[in-house]
Amino acid sequence: MTAVTPAAPISRIRLPGIAPLLVLASVAVMGGLVILPLITVFQSAFAKGLSTYLAALKDPDAQAAIRLTLIVAAIAVPLNAAFGIAAAWCVAKFEFRGKSALITLIDLPFSFSPVVSGLVWVLLFGAQGWFGDYLVEHDIKIIFALPGLVLATILVTLPFVARELIPLMQGQGSDEEAAALTLGASGFTTFWKITLPNIRWALLYGVLLCNARAMGEFGAVSVVSGHIRGQTTTLPLHVEVLYNDYDFVGAFAAASLLASLGLVTLLLKTALEWRHAGDLSAGRKR
Amino acid sequence: MSHFKITRRGLVGAGAVLGGAAATGLPGLAFGAPALGDTLLNVSYDPTRELYKDINGAYAAYWKGKTGKTITINQSHGGSGKQARSVIDGLQADVVTLALAADIDEIAKRAKLLPANWQSRLPNNSTPYTSTVVFLVKKGNPWKIHDWPDLIRPGIQIISPNPKTSGGARWAYLAAYAYGLKHGGDAAARDYITKLYKQAPVLPTGARDATTAFAQRGLGDVLLSWENEAYLTIEEFGPHYDIVYPSQSILAEPPVALLDKNVDRHNTRLLAEGYLNFLYSPQAQDIIGKHHFRPREAKAAAKYAAGFKQIPLVTIDDTFGGWTKAQARHFADGGVFDQIYKPS
Repeated sequence: MTAVTPAAPISRIRLPGIAPLLVLASVAVMGGLVILPLITVFQSAFAKGLSTYLAALKDPDAQAAIRLTLIVAAIAVPLNAAFGIAAAWCVAKFEFRGKSALITLIDLPFSFSPVVSGLVWVLLFGAQGWFGDYLVEHDIKIIFALPGLVLATILVTLPFVARELIPLMQGQGSDEEAAALTLGASGFTTFWKITLPNIRWALLYGVLLCNARAMGEFGAVSVVSGHIRGQTTTLPLHVEVLYNDYDFVGAFAAASLLASLGLVTLLLKTALEWRHAGDLSAGRKR
Repeated sequence: MSHFKITRRGLVGAGAVLGGAAATGLPGLAFGAPALGDTLLNVSYDPTRELYKDINGAYAAYWKGKTGKTITINQSHGGSGKQARSVIDGLQADVVTLALAADIDEIAKRAKLLPANWQSRLPNNSTPYTSTVVFLVKKGNPWKIHDWPDLIRPGIQIISPNPKTSGGARWAYLAAYAYGLKHGGDAAARDYITKLYKQAPVLPTGARDATTAFAQRGLGDVLLSWENEAYLTIEEFGPHYDIVYPSQSILAEPPVALLDKNVDRHNTRLLAEGYLNFLYSPQAQDIIGKHHFRPREAKAAAKYAAGFKQIPLVTIDDTFGGWTKAQARHFADGGVFDQIYKPS
């Protein structure tokens, strides 16, 4: 969890000459590891000109992949936002046995490999899995279809919103809610008028991160996808398919969309941090 | 996405979407209604991507001419073993076109989607074409790799996929093993194969992963490759590579099969049967030859014969007693491959 006590500012530690060196090193690392690959993505995407780039994105399979990615995110992200609010509310405003166990559970998807997050659904809903016979008999498709992709994405992105909200809501305490309830507000009104406005920026922050991961997730969805072209390939899987088809322009054109999504997320995130730093974390007040 | 401001109305909207999603329920989210017999899913192995793109186009045109109906053929490609695993786990393939019979046997055994005698239902052991394993080296063959013993010279790095997930890799493994068998018997074969996989720095999951690792990323000195994949690499990446035919290799027979339970559920038996029979037609056999697979049909075989070097090819049945035996002895858990291969 985020530490509430702020660390000593680095400028107070006197080590002459170290600071510029560190800055230089981090710039070099960022340049090499982040900027350079980013440039390569766009350069490769436009290697054969704008019209080839656009044609690659207009390809029916690419369109289907974009659509599928948006649908998966549109289902997974709101569900995880709702879950995140509920979990954070629960953890921050109430005392109950097993609370730390719940916090650990919320964090769990961060600690195991995305492949596992996909494989668990295969073990549950695959034809040879726990519910396999029932699903096959009733012709319900979960694995290798949209529901499986959504489930895998939800599991991987589960912690994002909750983790953003829990420290904030813990820091805020429940005084304001208690006051509202004392004055006769209903539970719903209290949530709507007190809690939600207090957390809205942190919520948006969490949703942004959740969305970026939901659209960019590869490992977990790869396991449950079945890789049917134009049917169950999300954008990151589509990149892999095209790369393996030796269609490098197409692969990087699709990758450029994901890179752009990352850049937009980064911009919005930075704007949020800049304008609403105080609202994002009780401990990070300026 | 810009100027995204949280308003109460916005949140109510989000809530409505959420409620809607919940009300729809899981079955409602499933992909469309059951197909009405106009869509096929062909789950195939890795290096047939380009082949089936052409075959599917030709078959759709053929079917349209015959019945007036427009059909869609969906494709999924990956390492043969991995693809079989997906079908067993419920990937709704109407037909499978995999790298080797053992993978389809596995589907018959574990998921019971087709009868155990599936391989006798179509001509030529249900293999509409054959292929073999060759070496792909850098132009001019700088390391002078001409035959199997050259692969285990110190310092040579080989690229071959993982035999657990890839069909081509199992053919390559057996081709190497057969060379060892011929030159010293079982002990020598085992010794050779142990040394061979010591020279493999990575084991990609499928043939195509291996090819891109070798050709696109420049890993390794020699790629143990499907013959068709080797020719395709030269077509795609230009003349930076040479194909080397070793003194002997293996007759690879990639089979095709219809999954009875799945086609009956999708109501696509007629379409799927037609598709597999079409693979044996002169038109499809010509496409097969064009993509550097070895056609079965005499005319196409003669037309493309010049492209294939004739070298002695051992067969899975004569040398290894069939796929069931070979799979159990070499590639099952604890089999020879597990004993000799230690990931570095």
